[in-house]
Amino acid sequence: MNWLNILIQGGLLGGLYALFAIGLALSFGIMRLVNIAHGDFIVLAAYIALALIEATGIGALASLVIVVPLMFAFGYALQRGILNFTLSGGLLSPLLVTFGISVIIENVLLQLFGADIRRLHAGAIETDSVALGGIAVGAYPLLVFGVAVIAIAGLQFLFYRTTLGRAFRATSDDAQTAELLGIDNRHLYAMAMAIAMVFTALAGVLMAIRTTFDPAAGPIRLIFAFEAVIIGGLGSLWGMLLGGMVLGIAQAIGAALSPTWQILAGHLAFLAVLVIRPSGLFPHTRD
Amino acid sequence: MAGFRVERTTRESRWFGGFLLLVLLALATLPYWGGPGDMRLVSEMAYYLALAQLWNLLAGYAGLVSVGQQAFVGLGAYAMFYLASQFNIHPLLALALTAPIAAAVSVPMALTMFRLRGAYFAIGTWVLAETFALGVSLIEPLGAGSGMSLTPAIMRQIAPDRDGRELALYWLSLAIVAAVCGIVYLLLRSRHGLALTAIRDSEVASDSLGVDTFRTKLMIYVVAAACTGVIGGFIFLQKLRLSPEAGFSVNDWTVVVIFMVVIGGIGTLEGPIIGMLVYFGLRQLLADYGTWYLILLGAVAVVIMLTAQEGLWGIVARRFNLHLVSVRRRLIR
Amino acid sequence: MSLLRTRGLRGFYGDFQALFDIDVTVEEGETIAIIGANGAGKTTFLRAVAGALACDGAMVEFDGHPIGGLPAHEVVRRGITMVPEGRRLFPSLTVEENLMLGAYSGRPGAWTLARVYELFPALAELRRLPSTSLSGGQQQMAAIGRALMSNPRLLLCDELSLGLAPIVIRDIYACLGAIAAEGTSLVIVEQDINRALDASSRFYCFQEGRVALAAACRGFDRAAITSAYFGL
Repeated sequence: MNWLNILIQGGLLGGLYALFAIGLALSFGIMRLVNIAHGDFIVLAAYIALALIEATGIGALASLVIVVPLMFAFGYALQRGILNFTLSGGLLSPLLVTFGISVIIENVLLQLFGADIRRLHAGAIETDSVALGGIAVGAYPLLVFGVAVIAIAGLQFLFYRTTLGRAFRATSDDAQTAELLGIDNRHLYAMAMAIAMVFTALAGVLMAIRTTFDPAAGPIRLIFAFEAVIIGGLGSLWGMLLGGMVLGIAQAIGAALSPTWQILAGHLAFLAVLVIRPSGLFPHTRD
Repeated sequence: MAGFRVERTTRESRWFGGFLLLVLLALATLPYWGGPGDMRLVSEMAYYLALAQLWNLLAGYAGLVSVGQQAFVGLGAYAMFYLASQFNIHPLLALALTAPIAAAVSVPMALTMFRLRGAYFAIGTWVLAETFALGVSLIEPLGAGSGMSLTPAIMRQIAPDRDGRELALYWLSLAIVAAVCGIVYLLLRSRHGLALTAIRDSEVASDSLGVDTFRTKLMIYVVAAACTGVIGGFIFLQKLRLSPEAGFSVNDWTVVVIFMVVIGGIGTLEGPIIGMLVYFGLRQLLADYGTWYLILLGAVAVVIMLTAQEGLWGIVARRFNLHLVSVRRRLIR
Repeated sequence: MSLLRTRGLRGFYGDFQALFDIDVTVEEGETIAIIGANGAGKTTFLRAVAGALACDGAMVEFDGHPIGGLPAHEVVRRGITMVPEGRRLFPSLTVEENLMLGAYSGRPGAWTLARVYELFPALAELRRLPSTSLSGGQQQMAAIGRALMSNPRLLLCDELSLGLAPIVIRDIYACLGAIAAEGTSLVIVEQDINRALDASSRFYCFQEGRVALAAACRGFDRAAITSAYFGL
């Protein structure tokens, strides 16, 4: 086993997992809403890109220009129209509603696109490699990792340097008092979901270039996102990237044995963190 | 307090209890008046109802929303197959043994998973089930990726001929669903049931009153695991063939069950019954439309959670102030 | 026309009625006090005015327009801001971020970050600290400053003196005077009668959800207030 290779491959894969995790963590952090359909939205984005590409012939990466705003709008509408009404219904309501939405999306995609395995193509960049200090590193994984770093840095900026970010943090602390200061919770939650969808869309398209997908590919993505969040530690933005990297590296180690071991290794790493250090490896303060 | 007594049963619940008994008797005699596919269908309805009652117990009463009960279905099935194949244990005895095995495995699972709250607990249980499925697919003695089968020799231990076996397994399914419903009912009528209702209403308040929420939830989780294990063993005893995907399928053993409970009415004992009937009715109706019935189920579940969280039964119960199964205590002067 | 007028205001928590036919007016530029024992309905009244408690449209009139039933964030935009009971600063935000959030509604006016620091110099030194590291009195100042940042025409103050030392309360009430001098109308809700009455021109005494007494503060017999306060 080439350990350096495993570390690099796994670490870069962590970038993709961090992108998976962002959407899930955002909606939980701001609204305490765990979106069970999160993985299916990732896959939905990939299918939207697919449909666009087949209809117009634009490139996979270029399709992001349309997919991202589309998913932004979709996220806003979904939250404002449906999910906002689940927030006061205790634990069961958001969980079961998003569960239902998950099943609906999977089966609608199945109806529309069939069960065939698909993939998006981005051309030469998929196989190019870049020399970093004497080691050949895949150009595409490096790109995805870079996107993840920029995404998290962007979120960091949003949360700590902008009015909207302040409003997010305040509403997450105390929604009632935030309302008393002029913050419209309904709109804010919808914005949070919309922004989460931006990253979900990014994650979906970038994932689809790298691996195959089909209508049932959602749940495992939800699990990867979830594992990255838990390993990294709740409440920490950069922790998500680190959590994703740990997950990626664990999977890379497993992959050296077999494809089954790849995913299993990730699960075991997650379970190990849960047993040994439940708050995650790099937890931020608050819940 | 002179002049007061605590009553459990109501007139409606006595009537309903009698009705259920009649239904059970009628179903028991089904082999003598029903068609060939009927027994299989009723068996399936029976074990789904049992799974639904258990999921409802966990989620609707103990607040433990698990999306990973399929772990125990698969676990029970594999335990039963392995014991019957490797140790030549009578399949029905092997089936009974799945209960303590599932219970034992569920304890460390619970201790790990209880560190997660709410929806994160849900996903965590799902990950655990996936872990089981992947792990099992790597174990050669369990048939690895291709799974295991029950040989005719094993099955002949139940009854020498196929008809005899069908009869035996059919009655077993009725016995299982009756037992599971009975266990759930008795649990909810006991002081544990009272504790659960308190926990459901407010865990913090219950804790401060001395209700041991952790032990209560653990006990419920273990009981549900044991029962689910037995049901899992039974399901695949009927199917004769077991593979990791089938045994640990989230779609077959969890998605459908959750829909049944949500649509029927979470947190009530009558709800899962209604939900099971609605599910099978819809499945019959939309049999030719492939995935549409799942889309419809999903949509109905979403609508119900948004508008009438108590489910179909809850709507009826509220409208007519009807409680067919009595687990509550009333103070009568 | 009064700045704020409630007519027959009724407030419910579910089936429980907390307010019965409350008629209260606040004139522009006035400071009034609402006093009463625990559970008398004072906070409930403020919440109804602020839009945090549902009520019928016509029951609350602001500047001649019915605002009852409007959501709280909309009421802030109209010009009414509440300093909630218990301060309720945002723990994840620094002092300055808390203050800046007060300006979210975007209402123009004299109150800027600089002006708030002028009023509360202590806050300026603490601006970068997390709001959780402030003392009770400092938190109260920050909460008031945060509400001021929305440039309200009417400021609702819920139990400012709760849990604070007398000397701190004195400083805070001194600042209230400065705020009123700018032209802001104030409704002060207190259990501590003396402070509230000294700071206001008129007062209402609530008792079990009803207005038991309404009068001018100057020269009013304290004994009569005690009777109304306790419902004797």
